[in-house]
Amino acid sequence: MNVLLILIPVSIILGGLGLCGFLWTLRSGQYDDAEGSAARLLLEDDDAPNDAPDEPRS
Amino acid sequence: MTQVAACPACAVAPLAQETARHARPPDAILSIPALHCAACIGKVERALSALPGVERARVNLSLKRVSVHGPDVPDETITAAIKAAGYDAYPLDLTLLEEGQDPVGRALLIRLAIAGFAMMNVMLFSVAVWSGASDATRDLFHLISALISLPAVLFCGQPFFANAWSALRVRALNMDVPISLAILLAAGMSLFEVLNGGAHAYFDAALSLTFFLLIGRYLDHQTRSSARSAAKELAALEVHTAQRIDAGHATKVPVSALRVGDRVLIPTGVRVPVDGTLDSASAVSDRSFLTGESAAQTLIKGFPVQAGEINQGAPFEMTATAVGDDTTLRRVANLVEMAENSRNRYTNLADRAARIYAPAVHLLALLAFVVWVWISGDIRFALNIGVAVLIITCPCALGLAVPAVATAAIARLYAMGFLVKSGTALERLAEVDIAVFDKTGTLTLSSSTGKLSTLSDTQASVARKLAQSSHHPMSRALLSVLPPVPLAEVTQMQEIPGFGMQAVLDGQPVRMGRGSWLGADFDGLGLRIGDGPAIPLPLTDIPRPGVKTALEGLRSLGIAPQILSGDGKTPVQALAAQIGVEDLQFNVSATEKHAYLTGLQKAGHRVLMVGDGLNDTASLAAAHASVAPASALDASRSAADIVLLRDSLAEFPMLMKIARATTRLSRENFAIAAAYNAIAVPVALLGYASPLIAAIAMSASSLTVLANAMRVRIVR
Repeated sequence: MNVLLILIPVSIILGGLGLCGFLWTLRSGQYDDAEGSAARLLLEDDDAPNDAPDEPRS
Repeated sequence: MTQVAACPACAVAPLAQETARHARPPDAILSIPALHCAACIGKVERALSALPGVERARVNLSLKRVSVHGPDVPDETITAAIKAAGYDAYPLDLTLLEEGQDPVGRALLIRLAIAGFAMMNVMLFSVAVWSGASDATRDLFHLISALISLPAVLFCGQPFFANAWSALRVRALNMDVPISLAILLAAGMSLFEVLNGGAHAYFDAALSLTFFLLIGRYLDHQTRSSARSAAKELAALEVHTAQRIDAGHATKVPVSALRVGDRVLIPTGVRVPVDGTLDSASAVSDRSFLTGESAAQTLIKGFPVQAGEINQGAPFEMTATAVGDDTTLRRVANLVEMAENSRNRYTNLADRAARIYAPAVHLLALLAFVVWVWISGDIRFALNIGVAVLIITCPCALGLAVPAVATAAIARLYAMGFLVKSGTALERLAEVDIAVFDKTGTLTLSSSTGKLSTLSDTQASVARKLAQSSHHPMSRALLSVLPPVPLAEVTQMQEIPGFGMQAVLDGQPVRMGRGSWLGADFDGLGLRIGDGPAIPLPLTDIPRPGVKTALEGLRSLGIAPQILSGDGKTPVQALAAQIGVEDLQFNVSATEKHAYLTGLQKAGHRVLMVGDGLNDTASLAAAHASVAPASALDASRSAADIVLLRDSLAEFPMLMKIARATTRLSRENFAIAAAYNAIAVPVALLGYASPLIAAIAMSASSLTVLANAMRVRIVR
């Protein structure tokens, strides 16, 4: 049962990482234009990756 | 030598400035309703990036907007570039769109994410406990669950607590009162049990309740905010600037800066911003929004001009006599607002259900508690049962099912070209039994023609050339029906406002315009080349595409279509015969329309009003539900529940079907939730509810109603 002492923190930390990842995607405006992001995949000219989000964040 | 920074902050500051430059708000945002695919994104962005002065252009496909960075590029240049790429673009007022960031939605998403994270972790421990963890292990698992869930519940439940508190403060009950009570009691009682080494803890139930209800709350928020942003976008489309004539030349000023007595220049194709009198010798103005009449009117010097008219001829000058709230347009808009307030009293399905549900749940839980105290005398045990009843009856269906159905329906309708502005519109639409249509601009698209095939190629090419150079609605209608011949080479082309176009073709004059001006014996539009005879170009209203399909569809759904028009007898009867409507009225004024509609509703009918003009706005607001085409006047679009974004009416029956399906599915969801309760509540009342049963009942009912809600996507 001692393995629990390691497994429990590990599982919580992994979950927490996922949560942090989600909050990061949210803050960097990746859900602002879901349809557009899906369609952009099909664009041929990827001359310059557009690193800035669509609209300014508050 | 590199520059030495005095402190770390100094080294970071330029970087921050760089970031700020990138993050500064766009200089222009334009709405492009026709955007729909990847190719559109590419075309528009490429066209705009090629413009000198544009730093960056980014399309947002979900909102169908493009934001442009480039401080010195005028809106007209951007609009022209997008037009050249094949799309119509409308500049939006940035100050009105400022709150477009939607902090509320983002906060809800963060809470949703945290609740989901906490729920998954706690569920892992709960599964271990349910499958037999005992003694010290169980207590440890319960303790860790408590450590995770208490902060999570307190943080994520705040939207519910805030709503419940605001209701309780005015001594009322809303949906959030039983929700908050269930969440807090479940968490609090579980904490008490854990500290006393109890066997049952409801942490997972408290968290999954919060999680599912937050989904519902988020969907609900999405629906409302899409309605709100639609309304905001419509407001942002209105006229904001006018050209005031100061000391001989025109300067661009905001409409709010215009005063009575100012002289204003109205360019071709622009809406008049204020009421006034005409200073130029003559003008052609489209006042169909006031009168419903399809033909543009010729005005002469000294005639009154009203805000909202569109200049269809040469630019003209006018003197303002009424501005701001005093204009006729605004007075009508205020009337509309009053009419709308009466409709806002409509209570939606979820609220009606909540009124019965909330007190019933509380009474049931209280009853369970009291009866068990009386039977067993054990307050702790009785409290356990009371909380279990609260958790199991918690209104997931009300909180989740209705917004889920509405969001799915609205998203589908948007893809079909219907913008649903009001949250309760679909419910009201589902109850409609009569559809009243306006004629001009609603059932018809401007005007068009019958027999143009007899024209020779020369005649057609001259007509095309002259029509293309004019902004008059008749020219535009003519252009759409002329055979596609090459344009004629003409010189000295000019527009004579109120009469027509004239030019020179191979040394002989050509004229196109009203018959009397051409010296012909007919009064309609005609064409005359040199000394030849004047040829009539007969123009009539053409129905919108899909009108017949729409009307047949409505009849098969049991909705009787009627025409109620401000136009004269002949055009209305001609159109009605063409599209097969027997029930028609003509020469109806705005107040008569309103009175007729109110009469129908008093007689027990639920009326759907479809119209676009100012003479329809009062009726649109008074009707049980209303639809306006996107080409309608701002006042009409804001009065209507639903805006039709496409030219075709063919999808109209589908709108009705989806509206009815929305109501039906919402009711079904209530029934499903009630069925779950009917099984789970007796179990809870008898004291057999374990946290496992509570978790299963709750998740299963939530998932079932969600899955059922998604069926609105496949309605045919």
